[in-house]
Amino acid sequence: MTSEIILAGFGGQGILFAGKVLAYCGLTASKELSWLPSYGPEMRGGTANCSVCISDQPIGSPLVLEPDFLIAMNIPSYDKFIGTVKPGGKAFIDSTLIDEKTERTDIEAFYVPATQLSADNNLNGMANIILLGKLIKETGLFDMELIRKGLEKCIPPKKANLIESNIKAIETGFNY
Amino acid sequence: MERNLMKGNEALAEAAIRAGCKCFFGYPITPQTELAAYMAKRMAKAGGVFLQAESEIAAINMVLGASSTGVRAMTSSSSPGVSLKAEGVSYMAGSDLPGVIINVQRGGPGLGGIQPSQADYWQATRAMGHGDFHILVFAPSSVQEMVDMVIKAFDLADEFRMPAMILADGLLGQMMEPVSFPEITAKTIEKPWATNGHKNARKHNIVNSLYLQAPDLQRTVQERFERYEKIKQTHTEAESYLTEDAEIIVTAYGATARVAKSAVNAAREAGLKVGMVRPKTLWPFPVRELNEGCKNAKAVLCVEMSMGQMIDDVKLALNCSLPVHFFGRTGGVIPTPNDVLAEIQKIGGAL
Repeated sequence: MTSEIILAGFGGQGILFAGKVLAYCGLTASKELSWLPSYGPEMRGGTANCSVCISDQPIGSPLVLEPDFLIAMNIPSYDKFIGTVKPGGKAFIDSTLIDEKTERTDIEAFYVPATQLSADNNLNGMANIILLGKLIKETGLFDMELIRKGLEKCIPPKKANLIESNIKAIETGFNY
Repeated sequence: MERNLMKGNEALAEAAIRAGCKCFFGYPITPQTELAAYMAKRMAKAGGVFLQAESEIAAINMVLGASSTGVRAMTSSSSPGVSLKAEGVSYMAGSDLPGVIINVQRGGPGLGGIQPSQADYWQATRAMGHGDFHILVFAPSSVQEMVDMVIKAFDLADEFRMPAMILADGLLGQMMEPVSFPEITAKTIEKPWATNGHKNARKHNIVNSLYLQAPDLQRTVQERFERYEKIKQTHTEAESYLTEDAEIIVTAYGATARVAKSAVNAAREAGLKVGMVRPKTLWPFPVRELNEGCKNAKAVLCVEMSMGQMIDDVKLALNCSLPVHFFGRTGGVIPTPNDVLAEIQKIGGAL
C-alpha cells in the first residue's frame, strides 16, 4: 500500500518540517519513502508545499499530484489542492486560518483549529504538528512509539528539548 | 546497513567525501546549492578543502589544477553554470585529467528556470566543450544511485584519466530518500603523471593540452579515442525491467525513469506487454543492453524532460530496426505517469 501526502501552507508554518517528521517515521518503520519540497518562487514569501510518499514498494514519481491525504494551512493552498485529493481521501484543514468548507462529499474533511489550539496549549508555532497528530489518528499511519522515534531522528540533538513539545502537539491534534 | 534520510544533493556530497574527494570548488546555483553547503560544513573536518570560487569558470579551473597534482577533486553546478565550465572540462579532457563534475539540471536555455529538466543531455554526451573528446556520464535515478555513481565516477575517472559527470536533475537533487553508505575501500590508483612534489627524485611531469604540431595532436586524440572504444565495450550500464515478453519498450533515464516505471506498472495492470530499459550510463550509451531489452519489441517510446535528446542515441543504438516514438515535457514541467501511460496506450492501440 502507498500513502501519498501533500502538506501545504505559508513559508514559516513548518510545512516542510511536518513532512520531514512523516518521512522520518517512515524511515523508522523501514518503509520505502520519498520527500520532495517545492523549491520554486512560491517558497520565497508565498506558499510552500511538500510531497511525501510512504509505501511498502519502491517509490515511482516522488511528485504527488493526487494525494490520499492533504494538510492545508492557508487559503491559497486549500484552494489549490482540495480538488486534487483522491476520492475516498482525507483532508486536514487549519480552520483557524481557513474559514471555507469543501463541497466535496467524496472525501472526508477534518476541520481542526490548529493555530488556535497551539496558542491555547502553549504550543506556539506548532499548528503544523497538531494537524499531523490529527492525520495520524485518522489514518493510522504510525503509532505513538514510532512517532517518538521518528521525532528523535528528525530533531537535531542540539534542539532535543523540543521533542517533548512536539509530542504534546501530536497528542493535542490526536485527541481533538 | 543503516538507512539515512538525505537530500540527493547532500548524498552526492557525502559520497564524494567518502570516495576520497579532497578538493571541492563550487559556486552557488539553484537547485544544487545544498551540495556546496554540505561540503562547506563537512569538508574541512574530513581533511579536505572547500572553496567557494568567484565564478563557475574559476571553480572548474581549480578542479583542473587540483587534479593535476593527483588528488581527487570535484565541482558542482546546475545547467547555466555547467555551460560556463565547458572550457575547463575541454582543457581537462585535453590534459587527460580525471575529475568529477555534477550537473543538477534545470530548465534552459539561457537562465531558463529552476525546475527539474533533462535538457543538457546533448551537452553532456556530445559537446561538453570544444574539440574531439568524451567524458563519462552517469545518470542516477534515486538518491542511493547518486551515492553509488559518485563513487564509481571517481574510480573510473582516475582509471581512464578523463572527466566524469553525474547528470542529475532538480527533482533528484531536492528530494529526500533513504540512503545507505557502503563501506568504501577507496581505490588507490597510481598517478605517475601527477605534478606533485618529488624533491628531484624523478623527471618533472608536465600536464598540458597544447600541441602545436598537428601530427602530434592527431596522435594524442587518436590514442584517447582508442581508450574510449575500450570503455564502450566494458563500461555501459542499464536497468532492464519486465523486458522479457515486452512488445513496447519505454526508455527513460534519471527522474523521468521513475515516472516511466510507474506508467509501465500501470500498463502491465491493464494487460499491455510493456517493459523498460533505463540507461545508467549515458556515455558510453548502453547499446547492447537496449538491443537486448528490445529483442521482442515492436515499438519503443523514449520519455524525457526535454524536447527529445536521448532519443538520438536510442535511434542510433537500434539502427532503424524499430519505430521510436517520443514523449517529453520541457522547461521544468515534470511528466506524469498518466501522461506516459496514455502514450503507451496510443502506441499499443496501433500495433
